[in-house]
Amino acid sequence: MNRAIILWRLASFAVAAGFIALWQLIANLKLVSPVFLPGPDRAWAALIRGFSSGDLWSKLIGTLEHMAYGWLAASIVGVAIGAMIGSSRLMQTYVAPSLEFLRPLPASAIIPVAIAMLGLTQGMALFVIGFGAIWPIILATIHGFAAVEPRLYEVTRSLQMSRLAVIFKIALPSASPDIIAGMRLSLTVALILSVVCEILAGLDGLGHWVLLSARSFRSADLFAGVILLGITGYATSTAMGIAENRLLKWQRAGH
Amino acid sequence: MTIDHAKPLLLPLTALVAFEAWARAAHLQSDSLAPPSAIMMAMIGALADYSIPIATRDTLFSAFAGLAIGGAIGLALGIAFGTSDALNRLMEVTVEAIRPIPSIALLPIALIALGFGYRMEIVIVAFACIWPMLILSSAAVRGIEPRLMEVSRALRLPHAQRVWKIIIPAALPRIFVAFRLSAGIALIVAVTVEIAINPIGLGAGIMLAQQALRPDLMLAYLVWIGLIGYGLNVLLILTQRRLFGRAALSGASA
Repeated sequence: MNRAIILWRLASFAVAAGFIALWQLIANLKLVSPVFLPGPDRAWAALIRGFSSGDLWSKLIGTLEHMAYGWLAASIVGVAIGAMIGSSRLMQTYVAPSLEFLRPLPASAIIPVAIAMLGLTQGMALFVIGFGAIWPIILATIHGFAAVEPRLYEVTRSLQMSRLAVIFKIALPSASPDIIAGMRLSLTVALILSVVCEILAGLDGLGHWVLLSARSFRSADLFAGVILLGITGYATSTAMGIAENRLLKWQRAGH
Repeated sequence: MTIDHAKPLLLPLTALVAFEAWARAAHLQSDSLAPPSAIMMAMIGALADYSIPIATRDTLFSAFAGLAIGGAIGLALGIAFGTSDALNRLMEVTVEAIRPIPSIALLPIALIALGFGYRMEIVIVAFACIWPMLILSSAAVRGIEPRLMEVSRALRLPHAQRVWKIIIPAALPRIFVAFRLSAGIALIVAVTVEIAINPIGLGAGIMLAQQALRPDLMLAYLVWIGLIGYGLNVLLILTQRRLFGRAALSGASA
């Protein structure tokens, strides 16, 4: 069984390698102008060159910083707001429907407003990333609070626990799978908005790097940046998956 | 009943009235804020001079064209991956390598290859729509009642007919959910591309209003984009209920 999985995995890698070879072939035969499509060899060389000169490192770190700060702020504020709304019937009647209206709003549409208020600054980027990343977390927290086993709430009433104690001891722990799923979703949103803000505001980051490379028709550098963004997306979501497994171990153990 | 319906409106209405009153009392002069009445007037003006309708047409055209292309590719791949386990396993690494690339990162590539305009926007929207469609529809196909597949084998249906007569109808409710999610993504990506770089549509309109220091018009665009997003969402949910009943909604979210 296990061997079959490994064999399939190897075959799958071989297929991916085949596609890269095809890409190389297309580039070598110049079926697409090399101005637009560098071969994987040139993209790889550009990636190595960018890292050894340190340029790509600083851009990568810039993007990761934007993402991390915006996302962390959104996580903390989002869980707090979600907990406030989720634990109060009053808030659910009066506030939650407004959130439902705001939810389908493309987060990027807030960018011009943020630029008008904060200018083309880091603060603007953090505000936009935080704003975009907060919705999945708020909604997931509210959903998680609503899905708490009702008998647990009965227990808190008979123990006469305070509202804060109920939130921290009962609701947050049982809602944690939903909250973490929401945080995972907003990680993707944070990456996309980081790139958009970097493109628009010229902030140090991979978004800025790919735009500059495109403007000067350095397609190899451009592809190196896009590949690096793909790796960033993959690495952050994998890291989140690992963290999710670790953090939620106790939940599965209980059942 | 009517009071319960009005309750959700209380907060936004109070906020609007309070903001209006504050803006008038303080004689608001700002590059980023405008009183609700001014936003309303700007929206009426932009609707009347066709700038919002034209921008809406551009945005929706790009979003739907991208959705149609990306959705069709995603659906075809999803059905192929869902019916053939071997194909699914063979393509796994390739898909997992391409999928995490943020769609917006393709923007510079599309820009140098296609220039400004509809085409680059459609390509980026299509790329973004492929993945939810692929993953959800292949899961939908794999979730089809196995006995239906046995029937199709017993009837010795050719592959094309099996897809058309058994797989698509059986997986349709969940495929529609994938379509609904993709439509939301298509609109978001289209607006984002326009805000970032492409000089057409609602995203370009809101950026232009900001650069022209017209906060009333900018916020009118923002409200309008919100209404479009909300309207599209409601429309798709209603369609889904009408076509597949409530069961599809609850079954899909699980």
